[in-house]
Amino acid sequence: MTARITQPTVSPPVLQMRSITKRFPGVLANDRVDLDLYAGEVLALLGENGAGKSTLMNILAGLYRPDAGEILIQGRPAEIHAPRDAAAFGIGMVHQNFMLVPTMTVAQNIVLGIADLAFVPDLGAIETRIRELSDRYGLKVDPRAYIWQLGVGEQQRVEILKLIYRGADIVILDEPTAVLTPQEAQDLGRILAVMQAEGKSIVFITHKMAEVIAFSDRVCVLRQGRVVATKRTADTNPRELARLMVGREVLFRLDKRPAQPGDPVLTLEAVHANNDKGLPALRDVSLQARQGEILGIAGVAGNGQQELAEVVTGLRPIKRGKLLINQRDLTHCTSLEAIHAGVSHIPADRVGMGSVGDMPVADNIVMKAYRMPPLARQGVLNRRRILDFARALIDVFQIATPTPQTHVKFLSGGNIQKTILAREIDACTDLLVAVYPSRGLDVGATEAVRRRLLEQRDEGRAVLLVSEDLDELRTVADRIAVLYEGRVMGVVNAEEADVETLGLMMAGASDPVIGDAAADPGTEGGRTQ
Amino acid sequence: MIDTLALLTSILTITLRAGASLIYGAIGETYTERSGILNLGVEGMMLMGAVTAFATAYYSGSVWLGLLVAMGVGATLAALHAFLTVTMRANQVVSGLSITLFGTGLASFLGERLGPASNNFNLVGMVGPRFSPIEIPGLSEIPVLGAFFKQDLLTYALFLLVPLAWAYLYKTRNGLNLRAVGESPQTADAMGIDVIRTRYRYTIVGGMLVGLGGAHLSLAYAPGWSENITGGRGWIVIALVIFAMWNPARAVLGAVLFGGINAVQFRLQAGGATTIPSAYLNMLPYLVTIAVLIAMTWWEALSHRIGAPAALGTPYTREDK
Ligand SMILES: Nc1ncnc2c1ncn2[C@@H]1O[C@H](COP(=O)(O)OP(=O)(O)OP(=O)(O)O)[C@@H](O)[C@H]1O
Ligand SMILES: [Mg+2]
Repeated sequence: MTARITQPTVSPPVLQMRSITKRFPGVLANDRVDLDLYAGEVLALLGENGAGKSTLMNILAGLYRPDAGEILIQGRPAEIHAPRDAAAFGIGMVHQNFMLVPTMTVAQNIVLGIADLAFVPDLGAIETRIRELSDRYGLKVDPRAYIWQLGVGEQQRVEILKLIYRGADIVILDEPTAVLTPQEAQDLGRILAVMQAEGKSIVFITHKMAEVIAFSDRVCVLRQGRVVATKRTADTNPRELARLMVGREVLFRLDKRPAQPGDPVLTLEAVHANNDKGLPALRDVSLQARQGEILGIAGVAGNGQQELAEVVTGLRPIKRGKLLINQRDLTHCTSLEAIHAGVSHIPADRVGMGSVGDMPVADNIVMKAYRMPPLARQGVLNRRRILDFARALIDVFQIATPTPQTHVKFLSGGNIQKTILAREIDACTDLLVAVYPSRGLDVGATEAVRRRLLEQRDEGRAVLLVSEDLDELRTVADRIAVLYEGRVMGVVNAEEADVETLGLMMAGASDPVIGDAAADPGTEGGRTQ
Repeated sequence: MIDTLALLTSILTITLRAGASLIYGAIGETYTERSGILNLGVEGMMLMGAVTAFATAYYSGSVWLGLLVAMGVGATLAALHAFLTVTMRANQVVSGLSITLFGTGLASFLGERLGPASNNFNLVGMVGPRFSPIEIPGLSEIPVLGAFFKQDLLTYALFLLVPLAWAYLYKTRNGLNLRAVGESPQTADAMGIDVIRTRYRYTIVGGMLVGLGGAHLSLAYAPGWSENITGGRGWIVIALVIFAMWNPARAVLGAVLFGGINAVQFRLQAGGATTIPSAYLNMLPYLVTIAVLIAMTWWEALSHRIGAPAALGTPYTREDK
């Protein structure tokens, strides 16, 4: 991956944001931000969770009104009061949380809200046009499919097609790769290049340094709502960018002591389970995670990882096979029984499953501990104790929240994740199940999450880490099991695992290079044949 | 044989007549709910539509003026609901129930005050202009199906309104926007659709249709005014919308089912051909509605169908997460 060559920026910027300020209750999200965007460039917008990136872009897209500042487009002041105005100026945005109507088709979503759409839209013609565009940009999607039928990667493509279809010249992509597999992220890079070649200007938000270097011409770094630096990508490097973002040196290396595995905590014996649609999602899965070790689960999204985590935490019924926690049979346990058995869960869906947005941070933190004294006695909650308890954890986990009473939905993604982490790690006594725990988190928060996982391991707990990020798995996990179509393709030692081998196994080749499962061959049922 | 056909024809005729007000109401409420606003004020709005339509027609001699006033009254109450729930972000259930309580009380009060002095200012028992059934020569003689051609103008209008309402919702740009607002106001907003205006518009349009449904009761189905003329139809409308899974065309099925049971029940009682106590027969339409609703919900859950507009009942403001 090499930086692109920047063309000399002689023409005036297509977009200028001048001294933009935006305040939310308790936070200054944007503080006199200046930002220029030139024709045909990719500008990476970088910053920690909560730095104000999405806020700034939402202002541009007309969703938020700035408290102060002005926006110039082609040098002329632009009044953007609503998304419709932004669209008229050729601004299009792919939002961090996708803006799609699940019950409608791809084509319907793409034309939704277009100002000059015919009263009776000719869907046939629209679909043809969508197919043309998707061929031209290599964005493969079926215009007739319903959104709810699509995976996140496909939904992403629909979002981008939407911008192209509407003829946006200024394209904003808010963390488009957070939910993509490495392969899909590569494809996105190619699409960006095509758009760029057509003269579109792109703002690209990401937490992944490699993408900044590979995709962007310039970088703008935000910290706590302010621009701290704007640089040519060619003139900088990941280390410097990370330092600018966080305001301190970031270690990209974790110090990981050798694992001291003890007794098995989690044992799965030939487990079968179905997915939500009633189709087999796990087939004959046998795995074991021991005290003091991190078992990584690799695989392309949708190959049973989600279901595996749910089976272990008592959220999904097991069709056949056995689940043992500390040698106790919990095959048909409820989630409460799993909790009592010492299992903690950091779910992939941190907003839907991991937290209650409309409840305060404090309540979210005690959501597991609240049953026990001193937080509650005879079923009556002690608010003061709860607040003290929450304050202590907010401190330890460095959750950035205006107050413990702030509703979780107002926190940035990274801080919502830290809130869940605080609750789950505090309650964890035996097994921690973490699903994509660093997805969408900035370098600092990612580092914090990984450090916490290792800490849990070193304190003698077993950790099941589901991740799509092979680098994460290789640095954090001790052993890595690869899932493909619900089967375990093999289990390899993390030190011996190289990306190619893992990649092959994720694509369905069973354990091509390395011998049989590491460590404990006696009980390990990693190989299926 | 002839008798059976005649019986069927007459049952179907009554069925359609009894179902018309429900269809108006259900289409109106479907549109409102599709925008994400739950309006439980239907019962009150229907009663207000009925009483104002009849009073207006009684004094002016014009059923058309009566219709217009009923629609205006429905629209006004709906606008109040929209203001409370969309702008003030009040709880939709509370606001809707208040409108029903208010509308029911006010309608019954007006019924006792708007009548002529000769009748102690009471509207009950007065006879006014009405939409009478118009038999279409030839067509109305067809056995059974002839029932479709012995209806009043308001019921005939439904033959047009139902397909139009369906096509508008599923085939036009506006229908697309409306559905998007009810499913995901965030998305609709980001795509340049004015969520607030859409919710006002379809809450008010829904109110007009509900008012019209009320007018059908007092001007065509049971001409005149009587206390509780709706017999809980406002609530049936709300159930029908769920039954129809927010699809105006399917609402017709539900309305016909309810109207049909009503008609059969009516027949049985009138014919004296049964020993079942009338109280039970009166209950029948409501019991069947409940049973069907339970079955539907069960079936929906089983087949993972996505029923209600996802954002039904939730207020929206832009900068709120
Ligand atoms: N609608 C809102 N209401 C209240 N506070 C908000 C709102 N939107 C954002 N904030 C706050 O403003 C700050 C900036 O948030 P923003 O979403 O812009 O961060 P970000 O840089 O996009 O972070 P991330 O990388 O996690 O997406 C955060 O502290 C956040 O909690
Ligand atoms: Mg963001």
